[in-house]
Amino acid sequence: MGYALNFNLIWRHFDKLWGGLLLSLELAVISIAIGIVIGLVLAVWYVSAGRVVRTIIAAYVEFIRNVPLILLVYLVFYGLPTVVDIAYSAPTSFVVTLSLYSGAYLVEVFRSGLEAVPRGQLDAGKAIGLTPWQRLLNVRLPTMLRITLPALSNTFISLFKDTSVASVISVPELTYGAQWINFNTFRIVEVYLVVTAMYLVTGYILLFALRLVERRFRAAR
Amino acid sequence: MSTSPKNTPALLDVQDVSKAFGTVQVLRSVSLQVAKGEVVTVIGPSGSGKTTLLRCVNFLESYDSGSIRIDGKEVGFREAGTRQRRSERDLAAMRAETGMVFQSFNLFPHLTAAGNIMLGLTKVRGKSNAEARTIAEHWLGRVGLAHKADSLPAELSGGQQQRVGIARAVAMGPKILLLDEITSALDPELVGEVLEVVRSLAEDGMTMVMVTHEMAFARDASSRIIFMADGGVSAAGPPAEILAADTDNERLRTFLARFRASHF
Repeated sequence: MGYALNFNLIWRHFDKLWGGLLLSLELAVISIAIGIVIGLVLAVWYVSAGRVVRTIIAAYVEFIRNVPLILLVYLVFYGLPTVVDIAYSAPTSFVVTLSLYSGAYLVEVFRSGLEAVPRGQLDAGKAIGLTPWQRLLNVRLPTMLRITLPALSNTFISLFKDTSVASVISVPELTYGAQWINFNTFRIVEVYLVVTAMYLVTGYILLFALRLVERRFRAAR
Repeated sequence: MSTSPKNTPALLDVQDVSKAFGTVQVLRSVSLQVAKGEVVTVIGPSGSGKTTLLRCVNFLESYDSGSIRIDGKEVGFREAGTRQRRSERDLAAMRAETGMVFQSFNLFPHLTAAGNIMLGLTKVRGKSNAEARTIAEHWLGRVGLAHKADSLPAELSGGQQQRVGIARAVAMGPKILLLDEITSALDPELVGEVLEVVRSLAEDGMTMVMVTHEMAFARDASSRIIFMADGGVSAAGPPAEILAADTDNERLRTFLARFRASHF
């Protein structure tokens, strides 16, 4: 045996990994931003709607949560354009998928957060004469946000890792970059060691930053 | 039973209000009139409907029949007699005319003491931030918390939080202030500072309806005491009359006896 580690080839192609990492982060940030909008709108709608709307929203959530992400990626990228007349690039298609995916998880996060806002606070909002909208914006959402922040951080970290699935439709993110280097240099151990370290370090930096944000908000409780 | 002093127009007029939660009748044809400047204390055993009555006055709870008017205007429904609920917008406007202070303070945790008071002033009263801040500081001064304007609720003691709660309610300039067991969640040594604030508001002529277990305070500060039992008004009158140990109202006598036994 005697496999000798040799990282030289990895460093020579490191731009592929670095560019891939940046694209991974970009995909994650855009998707979670859209996912937050989807999640918030549907969660607020859910808690104030009747049974029909609730059932539809619950069906969306259940569907997404019970289908593997990789399948959703295939469905949106290959499946959808064959039935309806749309065309989009692989990164766009992936952002659409990951947004719908994160949206479904965040509906649940936000819905439970909204329901966890103490009734007394809503009563206090009513008592000073706030309208339902004003209560939502000024009382319910701020408290909900602080309740859900830890779950939001966790979702964000796992979405960042989920961007690796984009490699299956040739989006040149981090994992795809690793595969490219592997195919062209056959340094499989080295490249995946380096990529693992990159995911780990980036994940930790994100987590650290998000925990700082959480602490700021927790202090304000 | 009429509980109003004669010849004064009632600011708050509760007529025959009944309400049930499922099969439990919590209010049974309650009538109560409160004149401007009066301080009315509602006492009674737990489960007697005191808090529910208070929550009906600003329509935090709806009721099944009867009428509640403030300054002649029906509170929750479009017209007396009809059961057509007001729009949320109207309800919000009506509620802004009453202030409420809660047992568990219910401050907005993400806002400072001043911010809690300013929210209603800016959003409901349409004041500018600067105006609202001035009003907030004035009322924080009144409750002895001028130095805590920028503190968050979590940084305040229970007594301080409750004083902010009172400031938040009165800063809106309500016609009537509803106080719902506002000292029940406080450590005994913090009760005094809160009651002191209520006393000073009473001296200013603020109309108040107060649910409380503080009998000494009820005796000293209120114009009238209402004794509720089983969802109805069982006795009403001036403090000396209601709190007399030899009242011939059986339920009241039992309540007071039990109360004395547990507090002394």
